[in-house]
Amino acid sequence: MTDVTQSTQAESDQEQTIYDELPDAPPKKKLKLSWTGKLGVAIVAFWVIMAVIGPWVAPFHEADIIADDSYLPPGSVTEGEGTHWVGSDYLERDIWSRILWGARMTVGISFVATLLAYMIGVTAGIAAAVKGGWIDMMLSRANDAILSLPTIMLGLLIVVALGSSIPILIATAAVIYASSVYRIARALGQDIMVMDYVESAQARGERIWWIIFREVLPNAVMPLATDFGLRLVFVVLFISSLSFLGLGIQPPAADWGSMVRQNLEGLQYGSLAPVWPALAIASFTIAINLIVDDISAKSGGDLARKMI
Amino acid sequence: MSELFEIDNLQIQARKEDGTPIPIVKGVSFDVKAGQVVALIGESGSGKSTISLATMAYCRPGLEFPGGEVRLHGKDVLSMAPLDQRALRGNNVAYLAQSAAATFNPAITIGEQVTEAAVLHGVLTQEEANKRAVALYHALELPEPERLGRRYPHQVSGGQLQRLMAAMALVSGPDLLVLDEPTTALDVTTQIEVLKAFKKVIQQEGSAAIYVTHDLAVVAQIADHIVVLYSGEIQEQGSADLIINHAKHPYTKRLMAAVKPTPTAGMGEAMDEQHERDVANIEVKNMTAGYGRVVNGKPEITVLRDINVKVKNSHVVGIIGESGCGKSTLARVMAGLLPAAKGEVILDGKKLAPDMKNRSQEELQKVQFVYQMADTALNPRQLVGEILGRPIEFYRGIKGKARREKVAELLRLVELPVEFEGRYPSELSGGQKQRVNLARSLAANPEVMLCDEVTSALDSIVSSNVIKLLKKLRDQTGVSFVFISHDLSTVGSFADEIVVLYAGRVVEQGPVDEVLAPPYHPYTRLLISSVPELRIGWLEDTMQKREMAVGIARGVEITDTGCPFFNRCPIAIDGVCDVDVVPVREPSKDHFIACHRTMDEIAEVEAAPQQVLHGFERAEPEGDKAARAH
Repeated sequence: MTDVTQSTQAESDQEQTIYDELPDAPPKKKLKLSWTGKLGVAIVAFWVIMAVIGPWVAPFHEADIIADDSYLPPGSVTEGEGTHWVGSDYLERDIWSRILWGARMTVGISFVATLLAYMIGVTAGIAAAVKGGWIDMMLSRANDAILSLPTIMLGLLIVVALGSSIPILIATAAVIYASSVYRIARALGQDIMVMDYVESAQARGERIWWIIFREVLPNAVMPLATDFGLRLVFVVLFISSLSFLGLGIQPPAADWGSMVRQNLEGLQYGSLAPVWPALAIASFTIAINLIVDDISAKSGGDLARKMI
Repeated sequence: MSELFEIDNLQIQARKEDGTPIPIVKGVSFDVKAGQVVALIGESGSGKSTISLATMAYCRPGLEFPGGEVRLHGKDVLSMAPLDQRALRGNNVAYLAQSAAATFNPAITIGEQVTEAAVLHGVLTQEEANKRAVALYHALELPEPERLGRRYPHQVSGGQLQRLMAAMALVSGPDLLVLDEPTTALDVTTQIEVLKAFKKVIQQEGSAAIYVTHDLAVVAQIADHIVVLYSGEIQEQGSADLIINHAKHPYTKRLMAAVKPTPTAGMGEAMDEQHERDVANIEVKNMTAGYGRVVNGKPEITVLRDINVKVKNSHVVGIIGESGCGKSTLARVMAGLLPAAKGEVILDGKKLAPDMKNRSQEELQKVQFVYQMADTALNPRQLVGEILGRPIEFYRGIKGKARREKVAELLRLVELPVEFEGRYPSELSGGQKQRVNLARSLAANPEVMLCDEVTSALDSIVSSNVIKLLKKLRDQTGVSFVFISHDLSTVGSFADEIVVLYAGRVVEQGPVDEVLAPPYHPYTRLLISSVPELRIGWLEDTMQKREMAVGIARGVEITDTGCPFFNRCPIAIDGVCDVDVVPVREPSKDHFIACHRTMDEIAEVEAAPQQVLHGFERAEPEGDKAARAH
């Protein structure tokens, strides 16, 4: 008999050496991004790096009133200082430098707020799914109450009442977005709770923490990570919206949302000043969406269904 | 060429990360003549499903056709424009997927779904399609053909749904019908019902068919021509008679060896008397269980009624019955996953708490439940080493290097290489996953293992290997097994005792050689007769039998009074069996049969099956009175 199979299985029975069980397991899949996904990663990486080193690579300080005039067109040169690559703003500041400085605010604050929203939302959501009963009931109703309020209105209310500072902005965004994270985490948790391996762990007598952190959470990580990207986008937009309304980051600190608002009147003079920070917001959010789309396409419709 | 359908040197391949091709199908050629049924047979991974999809010029994402032709009426479908391929699908070539439950949309009526493809392709108007559908329901022997179309999928049984899927495929009058494992997931009794209907309708319609399966005994009933596949290559092909009766290729012989034998007394290796210790290891007493709120010891939906089962030390008790009869529920009650509404579960003479939450760790350790689907029973994010190591650490407190040694020991015990501890479950084949699943239960060092249909999801060769492993484990570890299956021959070859469940009640119970020998309970008789034999013409012969005529046609009806098997029983007595409490008879020691008929009457039926038919005809008052007078 020719060796038809390549057996990986240790055989004790002789007859099994001929025509072994065929493996039907798919080959190990590695996450491989398409070119759009890679582009997304590159753009996100650029902004994240800028959030860290922006102030050092920016040609000017964010608060420097340095240009010859306000609303200068891109490429204008100030004698003895340098080139304003994308022009100057209404207060004769360099827009490119302010965008680089603003990355720290917009990307940084959003990231911290989203992370916080995730810690609150995932813990509460999975706990509700695992415990069920009245704990689930209470958490879910409280969550429904938050979800029923329009996010921007709720944000405005909190900021107006407590004053605008960075910690308050972060806390507000975290609380508001934790409620939608809670819903996804709970739904994912409930899906996983009915799997046989969770029941098997319960039948073994495992405690609740083991079940949450070893059985349920590892299986929810992929969808949650994908959702993290989307949620980050919402938080960026939320903070930008608050800044646009004047309740977010306070001047002279640069932030992409407030930069759009402050330079809005430049449009009347034919200046593109508000477009550049808007493009920065767009590039960051679209790039994240490219990555998320790519990952969900790779992990199939399963994930996409859970995201809804 | 006059052939209806030809596959010529078909190749299908996948690609690795670096672009090197991995061949899946390696140059397969066969053809299908009009009115002919060709069977593709092989185990999972042999490429049979991939080939069957290629008949519609379709392949799963990631696969490609590097060469070969698939010709329908002499025209290559692989090179057609996508729009022409689309017109072909469901119209000229119809595909029947394995699971009817997953194919039907639960929110749309059956009639609408059955006629959809034909109307969509513009072959028939809605009215014509409806008419044709009703004609097909008649041909497939479905109940109430005129009104069936208005029902929803959940309102018919699994076997009926499977037949409806055939109706769906046949409505537009396809030239070629592709059936992908249409009976694999069904009970033996349902399988016969579906097979019979398929065979009839294929003959009646005169359409050609490709029948994909791993079960040679099923193929023998339905195919004209058989193609044996292994690893994407044809090993042997020929007429059904040639392959079944004069197989030459060793792989075909191996498939034949995996065909389940007809269950008979003495087929198994029941334990020798001297090994026996007459201690009940786990016992269920007067147990009633079900789902929903329990009022006065009676749950809203009762699944099991008054069950008494004893599992002796180092013994194997097989529990069989059709799906829905409550066999899994019984194991779940023993494991404490579902608290019983009434009755007791006793382990080593000690009463166990009904709910696992109230059981001690030691009690949990002693009774281990093995899930049917290894895919869902193993955490996909844990390595095999972690899956097996955790129970060892959790119950026995063994850590670090000693734990790794124990894991290696377990892997060797279930005949897997030790390197597998570093793999995720998704990197194992179906059979290997099931071995890990068993090993996890063994890791707890249990006294009783409750195996819930552990071989049902596996194909015949893999499943016979798993059974071999179970036998080895029984001999080496001395663990008691409760082995649940709907497959009587598997249970017969492995168990010491058999419990036959029907509609939540025990109808027969006893040592394996007693249960599988006359006198039989009429239901046991039906189950035994339903196991397909590897013989051409078996289906026709079997359908002649009296128990089939009554037993196959009707479904399970759950009744509160009388014998639950009443409406499917060929020897039921009207006015007695459906009303009176069923007496339990004991033809020999420890062998119980719950039946209104005396053992003599049953023996009489066994002795002369065909003639007795008239004597015991149902709905005949005189006959019944005469029978009662006995």
